[in-house]
Amino acid sequence: MVLVLAIGDLHIPHRALDLPPKFKSMLVPGKIQHIICTGNLCIKEVHDYLKSLCPSLHITQGEYDEDARYPETKTLVIGQFKLGLCHGHQIVPWGDLDSLAMLQRQLDVDILVSGHTHQFKAYKHEGGVVINPGSATGAYSSITYDVNPSFVLMDIDGLRVVVYVYELIDGEVKVDKIDFKKTATVATPSTH
Amino acid sequence: MIPDGVEDEEKWLAAGITGLQQNAFYMHRALDSNNVKDALKYSAQMLSELRTSRLSPHKYYELYMRAFDELRKLEMFFEEETRRGCSIIDLYELVQHAGNILPRLYLLCTVGSVYIKSKEAPAKDVLKDLVEMCRGIQNPVRGLFLRSYLSQISRDKLPDIGSEYEGDADTVVDAVEFVLQNFTEMNKLWVRMQHQGPAREKERREKERSELRDLVGKNLHVLSQIEGVDLDMYRDTVLPRVLEQVVNCKDELAQYYLMDCIIQVFPDEYHLQTLEILLGACPQLQPSVDIKTVLSRLMERLSNYAASSVEVLPEFLQVEAFAKLNSAIGKVIEAQVDMPIAGAVTLYSSLLTFTLHVHPDRLDYVDQILGACVKKLSGKGKLDDSKATKQIVALLSAPLEKYNDIETALKLTNYPHVMEHLDNGTNKVMAGVIIQSIIKSRICISTAEKVGALFELVKGLIKDLDENLHDELDEEDFNEEQNSVARLIQMLYNDDPEEMLKIICTVRKHILTGGPKRLPFTIPPLVFNSLKLVRRLQGQQENAAAEEVAPTPKKIFQLLNQTIEALSTVPVPELALRLYLQCAEAANDCDLEPVAYEFFTQAYILYEEEISDSRAQVTAIHLIIGTLQRMHVFGVENRDTLTHKATGYSAKLLKKPDQCRAVYACSHLFWIDDNDSVKDGERVLLCLKRALRIANAAQQMANATRGSSGSVMLFIEILNKYLYFFEKGNPEINVSAIQGLIELITTEMQSDSITPDPAADAFFASTLRYIQFQKQKGGAMGEKYEPIKV
Repeated sequence: MVLVLAIGDLHIPHRALDLPPKFKSMLVPGKIQHIICTGNLCIKEVHDYLKSLCPSLHITQGEYDEDARYPETKTLVIGQFKLGLCHGHQIVPWGDLDSLAMLQRQLDVDILVSGHTHQFKAYKHEGGVVINPGSATGAYSSITYDVNPSFVLMDIDGLRVVVYVYELIDGEVKVDKIDFKKTATVATPSTH
Repeated sequence: MIPDGVEDEEKWLAAGITGLQQNAFYMHRALDSNNVKDALKYSAQMLSELRTSRLSPHKYYELYMRAFDELRKLEMFFEEETRRGCSIIDLYELVQHAGNILPRLYLLCTVGSVYIKSKEAPAKDVLKDLVEMCRGIQNPVRGLFLRSYLSQISRDKLPDIGSEYEGDADTVVDAVEFVLQNFTEMNKLWVRMQHQGPAREKERREKERSELRDLVGKNLHVLSQIEGVDLDMYRDTVLPRVLEQVVNCKDELAQYYLMDCIIQVFPDEYHLQTLEILLGACPQLQPSVDIKTVLSRLMERLSNYAASSVEVLPEFLQVEAFAKLNSAIGKVIEAQVDMPIAGAVTLYSSLLTFTLHVHPDRLDYVDQILGACVKKLSGKGKLDDSKATKQIVALLSAPLEKYNDIETALKLTNYPHVMEHLDNGTNKVMAGVIIQSIIKSRICISTAEKVGALFELVKGLIKDLDENLHDELDEEDFNEEQNSVARLIQMLYNDDPEEMLKIICTVRKHILTGGPKRLPFTIPPLVFNSLKLVRRLQGQQENAAAEEVAPTPKKIFQLLNQTIEALSTVPVPELALRLYLQCAEAANDCDLEPVAYEFFTQAYILYEEEISDSRAQVTAIHLIIGTLQRMHVFGVENRDTLTHKATGYSAKLLKKPDQCRAVYACSHLFWIDDNDSVKDGERVLLCLKRALRIANAAQQMANATRGSSGSVMLFIEILNKYLYFFEKGNPEINVSAIQGLIELITTEMQSDSITPDPAADAFFASTLRYIQFQKQKGGAMGEKYEPIKV
């Protein structure tokens, strides 16, 4: 059982002050094995905070990030799953699931995590899953109105991943979960 | 006189102890054989060791303690003797035959103790006799220890209320009188030490005096323990008498110690009720006495008393504690012109803490204190005394912590004036403290007026305070500073759009004075706050008959345009471009076509003229395409112009792969799913074909420069785009085109000259899998895909 936190689009301090206190109290160090972050933190302080939650931190470049050295895309293997990460402003049309599925095929990953729209999405298709963890701070977005703060926690266990989405709606944290199972991967020679 | 050299002192002490022990031995023998005469003889000899002048107080104390222990045994013996029938009065008389006065008096006190216990005479008579007889010893050290002995043995025999020694003739008044007298005499002896000996030994004398001070202070302790000393007696007798001695002795050491002793030893309620008397003594003390420390400690005690329970607070009001303390402090500061600033501020700080505990609702008191501080600081400009600045920061932080609500602190008119006396560095630190306190309180600032006052207060962070001086500030620290200002901007909010707009204008006014270094931090939060307001206004009904002053999206967009323009002074074209595009999207949502077009124009100008870094261009062009793709407000002409430019930029990117990707991204500009009027299949195909040409060219370049063809990745990407539009129903995209591409890619991948690319292999494989999957879907999709052969 591996816990992976998917989080992003915090936009601190341009559009938001901080994570909601209810989220902050839930995110404690030592509980999570990996953090994958879609980008737009935007400042070093947020990077340090995430790093303190979990040293295995993976971030991709958002268009407002202060640090310009994050990669445009990233792939990693966790257990039986291949995960891909990309902020999403590079994929036009923004938020278009078919275009995101194309990126998923290109990166050859089971789970693609991408952001930019500030709206939570979990979309299953024949090639795998596309997840958008939304904005952890509920930051303003030109694309989505009425953004609720949200983040995603994935529990990867063998060939199964349970996706928990935490959303702050009217001051209360609501949790939803979605199950995904993948068929055993055909062994493909690959160099990582 | 006490000789130089500690070794000599050690010798004298050792000799004294030996002498003492020897005589004690014989004394014990006499006690064992009930030989009163011998007992007295040897005890007197033993006590003669205390007649020495050779020991410092520290060493004398050691000798004294041994004598003390021996005298206890003697006392027990005397008690037994009286039980056996010996007359205490006779004993009392007998001991007075001792040759030297000091032993005589020690013995007298010892017998006196037994005398009182016997109750053959009223305690007060014996005590009076003893306290007066002790006058015989005028040497300070010897006299202090003797009287200390008297105090120790009389402690449990005072005619206090409820004590066995209380009687008709013996009351607590007598007990108090006795202790006061002993205290007075002891203080006189103590002060006299100051004037003994040559001037050059003054420092050593003061040190020795310091060692003896507890002997004097003990008397005050005893007074505080006497049950019968209630508030009335304290106020009418004890305090006035003690203060009389304190003032009249005119000795700096004694005055400082005793004032402090009084404050620490007696209960806080007493201090409250006698505040005027106590404070009244302060101006009468020697000018060199550190009265500010005394007052600070008094206020500290009273603050803690106030904090201990709510019930005591009315008392403070009743005695007008604040007024009295305030006045006393004022007088002290006025009288001591040489008092350092740090000292004066400490006094005000203590008074402020006191006020916050006792009168938290009286902002006028708090403001008064700050005002007095300002007055003391006036004419001094910016302080460079670090102790003083530290005290001022403590002074200014106290109301913030207490009220936890910046609005209250903003009401203190003197607050900003105090801040002005801080040097620039500390001013910024204080501004940071203020901002942190706001963020912690989670309370938004809700009016433009308060926002203005707040930004004035924290102006050290908003702009360069000294035009000529440029802070050599660490970059990280500067960023942290400015990020906290950005956070502050997130804390400004009002539900009412009109007030919110006023707030935005106020903030804008202030941050525009910040200069190029600060604008990249402060303008983005302001822009997004403005966009949030626009969105709120969007939701409301457009009131056609709205007044001139009512906020409208149009007005806000004008403001935004001017604000983002300011970034050109930095310059940060990439940030400005992003902000212009955000505004364009917001204008689109408000159906303001000209406004949206204007923002796009600004963005394009920046792209053409200011953004030359290749990587920055790639990101910028995708942002432009992504934003433009979402625009529904543009009419055909405007749309065409902007699209044409965007595709032009895409084709001119430096690296071929970037060109290719940007161009095929542009294909989406001609096909918007939910907008039937923008579904130009031909132009889409044109884009994709153009992308193919670029991909080809890239291949040829790779061939020419590296000998082998580059990767087929781009082709696979374009194939996927073909599939995308094929699925959407673009009539121009047919099966043969797709088939052709598949074959092209397959051929290329099998060719020898290709550079192996596992990523491309995997992408192609998953693309083919996708096609298969779509074929197997059945229905309309399955039919569509059926002819494609993989």
